[in-house]
Amino acid sequence: MSEEPAMVQPMLEGRGIDKSFGAFKVLKAVDLAVASGEAVGIVGPNGAGKTTLFGVLAGALLPTAGTVRFAGADLTGTGAAARCRSGIARTHQVPRPFLGMSVFENALTAAQFGAGLSGSAAEDCAAEALERTALLNHANRPAAALGLLDRKRLELARALATRPRVILLDEIGGGLTEAELGLLITLIGQLKADGLTIVWIEHILHALLKVIDRLVCMSAGAVIAEGGPDAVMADPEVRRAYLGGSL
Amino acid sequence: MTTYAVERWTRSGRVTVGAAAGVLLVLALLPTLATGLVIDKLTTLFIYILLAVMWNLLAGYAGLVSVGQQAFFGVGGYLALRLVDAGMTPYLALIVGAVGAGLVAIPISTFALRLKGGEFAIAMWVIAEVLRIVVMFDPLVQGETGTSLLALNAFDPDLRRNLTYWLGLGALALMLSATMWLLRSRIGAAAQAIRDDEEAAASIGIDVMRVKQIIFVLAAFGCALAGTIWLASAITFLPRTNFGVQWTVFMLFMVLVGGLKTFEGPIIGAIIFFLLQEVFGDLGVWYLTGLGVIAVGFALYLPDGLWGTWRQRTGIDLLSGGVMLKNPVTVKRAT
Repeated sequence: MSEEPAMVQPMLEGRGIDKSFGAFKVLKAVDLAVASGEAVGIVGPNGAGKTTLFGVLAGALLPTAGTVRFAGADLTGTGAAARCRSGIARTHQVPRPFLGMSVFENALTAAQFGAGLSGSAAEDCAAEALERTALLNHANRPAAALGLLDRKRLELARALATRPRVILLDEIGGGLTEAELGLLITLIGQLKADGLTIVWIEHILHALLKVIDRLVCMSAGAVIAEGGPDAVMADPEVRRAYLGGSL
Repeated sequence: MTTYAVERWTRSGRVTVGAAAGVLLVLALLPTLATGLVIDKLTTLFIYILLAVMWNLLAGYAGLVSVGQQAFFGVGGYLALRLVDAGMTPYLALIVGAVGAGLVAIPISTFALRLKGGEFAIAMWVIAEVLRIVVMFDPLVQGETGTSLLALNAFDPDLRRNLTYWLGLGALALMLSATMWLLRSRIGAAAQAIRDDEEAAASIGIDVMRVKQIIFVLAAFGCALAGTIWLASAITFLPRTNFGVQWTVFMLFMVLVGGLKTFEGPIIGAIIFFLLQEVFGDLGVWYLTGLGVIAVGFALYLPDGLWGTWRQRTGIDLLSGGVMLKNPVTVKRAT
């Protein structure tokens, strides 16, 4: 594996992350460092611990051991809400809209709490997030009325409305048609061009490869390879773990 | 930079608030016209509406289903008794007692709110029972025997009736306004987000515990106000009655029938409950059985309640609110 250029200070860093649920070790000494403005993809078979790692980075789960640092500060013990306010946003694998609210209210609440905005600043922030994600036409519809693509967009809009510095995307491309996926890739590419730091878990490799700078492969709770996407995908261990040795 | 326009009040919403203010004004003047019986009945109705609105704030808007709200109903009355015993003017004691019950709710919230769903519901019932037993240890209450707010007998009966009525009306107006203001504030939005998905709410920066605490304490204060007003109209304080679980059962019935998660529903539910009690209240056990059957019927066949169903069918929403982005496509303009 080629040596990465040393980062001055990673934007988001997990070091020696262990996470156990009872006797079951889901994460084993995982290290992940993401530089400011970088886009990192995470692949790995189901059960590799990818979503659990996101939970630890976003503060939804406390690690059993290890530290999480963000922009130089140790955030290991802080909860999800505080981490969001400090600039870490997350989308969920299965969209989790607030079903009793409208699309706009979903984004507005994120702007008010995650970004700490009020009044018309919050309203503009929410509307802009909807505009970016092509949801403006659905602004006043109940979130419960949205289909899968729009729910994924709302998940992203809500995360963007918190004005994040780093966004964790959990299989946001799953379950979409090729055309829908194309729109999503374009959007995420724009976010990267705007300087947003991105960590993206995805099974759809070709989507991931259009955006990311670096690829991390996880298997059975550990990082088994990381580096340039081509090098990682050529790694024999990755092929064995992830692609079942075929290809 | 683009600016967007939003609308927080619909026209029908503004008209309704104006009409409600008019109704309140008429009700405030009513003691000069109506008989004592009507004033007493309306005081009871105010208490029911207050209880229903508070339970809906808790369960409908914050997802906190409690079967122990009688805890605060009882504690408010008890504290008022204690304050009067210590020499405070009765009507001031009723208000301060309710505030005291709100304060009692703060330490309770720190552990009760760590529980979720059914565990929280049952824990609240247990807390209410424990508080009842603790209160019964106070010699002033005389255990099961209970006591009376005798200081109120010093007032002329008509004056007392009217003062209690005005206190009830004032408390109702205050809590309706506070609830409406809160639900339209960012705290209200956060509470609904927590109700819909607690983990997702935390992931967008909402301090879940804090928001739940605010709603919990406000609802406790509202239930305590209802409890002290009840004490003022009933005079007697019986731990088994004032801390009775039937209060929460009534709240549940009113909210379920009127419409959970709507502002108007609990008010309608309370009026229906009041009327049912007026007509069938003397039937005893059969009346309670009937209430149970109606509640089950609504839960099974009309889970959105009367107002919730009406709103779905007609699209007419008066007060439940929300924030509309105005003409999202055409209104936006560069500045």
